[in-house]
Amino acid sequence: MSFVKLTASALAIATVSATAAAARDNVQVAGSSTVLPYASIVAELFGDNTDFPTPVVESGGSSAGLKRFCEGVGENTIDVANASRAIREKEIKACAENGVTEIIEVRIGYDGIVFASDINGFNFEFTPSDWFNALAPKILVDGQLVDNPNTTWDQVNDAFPAQPIAAFIPGTKHGTREVFEEKVIAAGCEATGAFEAMQAAGMSEDDAEDACLAVRTDGLSVDIDGDYTETLARIQANKDGIGVFGLAFYENNTDKLQVATMSGVVPTTETIAEGVYPVSRPLFFYVKKAHIGVIPGLKEFAQFFVADEIAGGEGPLAQYGLVADPELAATQEAVDGEVVMGKDM
Amino acid sequence: MTDATAQSPEPRKQSSLISSDARTAKRNAAEKRFRAYGLTAILMGLAFLVVLFVSIVRSGMPAFTRTVVDVEFVLTQEQFDASEKELFKTKAYSNLFIAELQDQLTASGLSIDFDAKAIERLLGKVGGTLREHYKANAADLGKPVQFELAASSRVDGYFKGRVSRDTLQDSRFLMLSDLDLVDALEEVGIIKQAFNWTFVTGADSGVDNPGGAGIGASVVGSFFMMIVVLVLSLPIGVAASIYLEEFAPQNRLTDLIEVNISNLAAVPSIVFGILGLAVFIQFMHLPQSAPLVGGLVLTLMTLPTIIISTRASLKSVPPSIRDAALGVGASKMQAVFHHVLPLAMPGILTGTIIGLAQALGETAPLLLIGMVGFVARGYPEGIVAGFTEANSAMPAQIYTWAARADVSFYEKAWGGIIVLLAFLLTMNIIAIILRRRFERRW
Repeated sequence: MSFVKLTASALAIATVSATAAAARDNVQVAGSSTVLPYASIVAELFGDNTDFPTPVVESGGSSAGLKRFCEGVGENTIDVANASRAIREKEIKACAENGVTEIIEVRIGYDGIVFASDINGFNFEFTPSDWFNALAPKILVDGQLVDNPNTTWDQVNDAFPAQPIAAFIPGTKHGTREVFEEKVIAAGCEATGAFEAMQAAGMSEDDAEDACLAVRTDGLSVDIDGDYTETLARIQANKDGIGVFGLAFYENNTDKLQVATMSGVVPTTETIAEGVYPVSRPLFFYVKKAHIGVIPGLKEFAQFFVADEIAGGEGPLAQYGLVADPELAATQEAVDGEVVMGKDM
Repeated sequence: MTDATAQSPEPRKQSSLISSDARTAKRNAAEKRFRAYGLTAILMGLAFLVVLFVSIVRSGMPAFTRTVVDVEFVLTQEQFDASEKELFKTKAYSNLFIAELQDQLTASGLSIDFDAKAIERLLGKVGGTLREHYKANAADLGKPVQFELAASSRVDGYFKGRVSRDTLQDSRFLMLSDLDLVDALEEVGIIKQAFNWTFVTGADSGVDNPGGAGIGASVVGSFFMMIVVLVLSLPIGVAASIYLEEFAPQNRLTDLIEVNISNLAAVPSIVFGILGLAVFIQFMHLPQSAPLVGGLVLTLMTLPTIIISTRASLKSVPPSIRDAALGVGASKMQAVFHHVLPLAMPGILTGTIIGLAQALGETAPLLLIGMVGFVARGYPEGIVAGFTEANSAMPAQIYTWAARADVSFYEKAWGGIIVLLAFLLTMNIIAIILRRRFERRW
């Protein structure tokens, strides 16, 4: 008995040492949970349509993905980071410190951020000012900056019902949060005049801009660190809740959710493509150039991802809810030529 | 005297001789109450179990059936060659299939208006299945082949009651008018429900292709992980506990080790994931997302459980057995391996199986070593590849599905739970059979 066990463990150790030398043969991707659905569609098709193995795509959020991406070069690091926002200067620097100097930026298309509530509830028509007045820690009341007194939607806007404010917004590790802050909260900050009032109160412009991005922390706004499914579950549990979703997620759950308009525009792929719907953002993935030629199929995967058949207007990504990029041809060229960031600037 | 005996004797007391006083009555009542509490607790536990079981089965069973489109299809060599030249090959196949289906339906004189777009909305992602079939069976080219291909997720939902005419809103995924076509096709037997073999045997699929998703590949991943855990943690755990229990001197060092092992058993599993990422992937350069690394991480997590239960079962072997063995001249090692260990075996097996069961259901440590996410490589091509190629594990797969936008993946997550429970049950049955074998009475 013990001899058998001994051989078994010896075998296991042998396997361990044998594989330490074996090369990774699949592309490894991680990052934004907004990009994950699109990346998984492409990964499956890439496996089905080429002789390369299906890439592995992990989730975790844009920041987490880029952090892993910047850990260094080598097989034990990921090859591609998905992000629902552009990479930051700080992250490029962190990358460079770890030897990741050549990064190829690939924009795959646009995604709309929508506000949706329970299907049987009130049909909201928002403006950025409404969201600022509902969620900012300090708002402008009668020309004075005061701690946000609003607890129900009718206090925010007379057109709304007396429904308690319960917002489920993406947590700070999600790229979606940044877009929400910049395109909704900050826009509302300027529109309501709070931005000017802050500066008048002695804040510098930069400080006022930062203060405009803040979200109240008294529990009326809840950060969701998980996926949109969690946001949906929260809204189903609390019918007064209003959540922030990706357009594709909403379109898959139209039987449970109703979408709110923003500044009078209904979010659809068309209004986002035309740029009429204000809350949208580009989606990216970043490729480690040093891994091209080392990890089999990496460049082919990037090329496949942005090919007209896949990311174009008639492709499976658009079918799922991605708003196709009108400048896809330029992206394809950049991927073919392995154009890295920072070289043309 | 005689009179007295002749008189009817006083009726005998029915109760016992002990007359119950107030205190005894109180004590008896307390005992009765306690029994009632115990019974209630068990009944409540059972009720929870039944509720859980019923809800799992009810939500999960639909995952085992799927809606298929049953059509005869001919692909010529020329069409095959032309499709293989495209970049998006599977799309070419599915277009050919849609055209064929459209021709067949037009020929059959269906009274409902439809176009190619409508057929496309009814079908799932069929191109992958078609291409796979013709690549593997080149002889089928030019011959009619009967295909059962997945319908789209909303059509599937229509059959399973998730989508109804009242709740369906026209979208590019499915139009209300398409349901008329679905009904008509069901009548002629082209669309029907069938057992979902893909779910049992397949690998994960993209978010737009719920019909092609399966848990089979991740069952294999979990299996290889469990092999690693068993092969590493059982010998290491048993050896460590035998040494600690039978040979080690009682001093501060062994005390420290003991305390630490008990502490280790209480460490949250995510910590082992972080450790695994740092040691196995970043330092030892083992492959990411591989069952080997997953198994190693879970081994670390399982070891304390096995050591603790093994030591407990070694302790429970009566000292007389050791003494007897030593008394007839056995060495210490002989006493342990010939007498103590076989008697402790059932307990060791129980501990191992509890540890393995815990490891089987663990997702958190896998999160950090890349096994949670979209991992769809299919079946490994050999034993070694099974350990080293990227694969998912059952709980990770369930977690991934539960987070997807399309509701039919949620149903698959429940189905995955049923498969996970079945796997667990099989493991436990094997353990029980082994335990019976090893059980000895004295």
